[in-house]
Amino acid sequence: MYEFKYHRPATVRQAANLLLKNEDAKLIAGGHTLLPVMKQRLASPPHLVDLSHIDGLGGIEIKGRSLVIGATAKHAEVATSAIVGEALPALAELASLIGDPAVRHKGTIGGSLANNDPTADYPAAVMALGATIVTNKRRLKPEEFFQGLFTTALEPDEIITKVMFPIAKKAAYIKFRNQASRYALVGVFVAKRPSDVRFAVTGAGADGVFRVTAFEEALSKRFNSKALDGIHVHAEGLNSDLHGSAEYRAHLIGVLAKRAVDAANGKA
Amino acid sequence: MAKISLIVNGNPVTANVDPRTLLVQFLRENLRLTGTHVGCDTSQCGACVVHLDGKAVKSCTTLAVMADGHEVRTIEGLAADGAPLHPMQEAFRENHGLQCGFCTPGMIMTAVDLVHRKGHDLGDHTIREELEGNLCRCTGYQNIVLSIAAGAKAMANSDLA
Repeated sequence: MYEFKYHRPATVRQAANLLLKNEDAKLIAGGHTLLPVMKQRLASPPHLVDLSHIDGLGGIEIKGRSLVIGATAKHAEVATSAIVGEALPALAELASLIGDPAVRHKGTIGGSLANNDPTADYPAAVMALGATIVTNKRRLKPEEFFQGLFTTALEPDEIITKVMFPIAKKAAYIKFRNQASRYALVGVFVAKRPSDVRFAVTGAGADGVFRVTAFEEALSKRFNSKALDGIHVHAEGLNSDLHGSAEYRAHLIGVLAKRAVDAANGKA
Repeated sequence: MAKISLIVNGNPVTANVDPRTLLVQFLRENLRLTGTHVGCDTSQCGACVVHLDGKAVKSCTTLAVMADGHEVRTIEGLAADGAPLHPMQEAFRENHGLQCGFCTPGMIMTAVDLVHRKGHDLGDHTIREELEGNLCRCTGYQNIVLSIAAGAKAMANSDLA
């Protein structure tokens, strides 16, 4: 790992100022993506700004009809939170499938979203539930926020502070793991919201998380896995690598979609 | 250099470290607590698991400066020198839960954390799921699972947490 200067701001404003003042500075919270990348010398930020000493950045609460999760909430906290378990059990389930127990004790929801790894789990939930990503500057819809592989709308001095998930009527996340890395080869999140159904896929898209509108339209008419019979996802635009071809991933999306709808309907 | 103060195995420690020092490096090289191992160095194998404020973490993927003001417990902190072993350590010995022993400190620290979170009556399936982040290259999992189940039960009747 190359040398860097370590900063420990007490407020989000101080953290943003440090980002503005120091070009190429990076935020660190759990560090479970950034540190491995720095150890491999694939990244060498001259400044690290540690968010873990900022108060009030990590809570979990219900506000109105939304579940609000602070940016530095750990995966383990989301997975075991009684509030999440009550409001959006599918989200708690998703968090419990990230990494391993030790990783879940450190990794944060804000870090995962800001990194926008195409095989990360959280982007599928944020996209399908239509969550709002709140930063120190503005509120972003998932369609604006996610901009392709490891790319987001975040500006250099912009910091995610919380994520607001509208509470869905029914939801489920199904993850098909790569057997070696345990990341999602394909992960699908379905959400039956008061007015519509949204369906998002992680792990498969060459450009990161995406929605499947054909599934959404069919499921909006009838929220049953049979509604998906005969509707196929095209392999075009999907990842193809040694772990699976684009055609295989397309097939998996269809299979997992049905399982997700069944799970959301309580038919496991 | 950054000044850090933390509690390691109950003892206050203060040191000046280069900010890029990993917690595992600090434990092994500064404090000479070499029970915590570096296996893969990529946060996958779990040989470096220690407890940070009572929770299992991978010390190869934690900066020492991030442990400043916190409490760290390593395998050396489970039982005092010369005193009887911690029940989880004893269970690994009883059940032949180690072969080469390299992964053992991480396995035991993960197992103790698991008992703290999920209690003393652990099924096979739970233990195997929870060992997701700990690799044994001797593939001695069968007895590791047996050891953890036995150690979890023994911890219920022990003063050592």
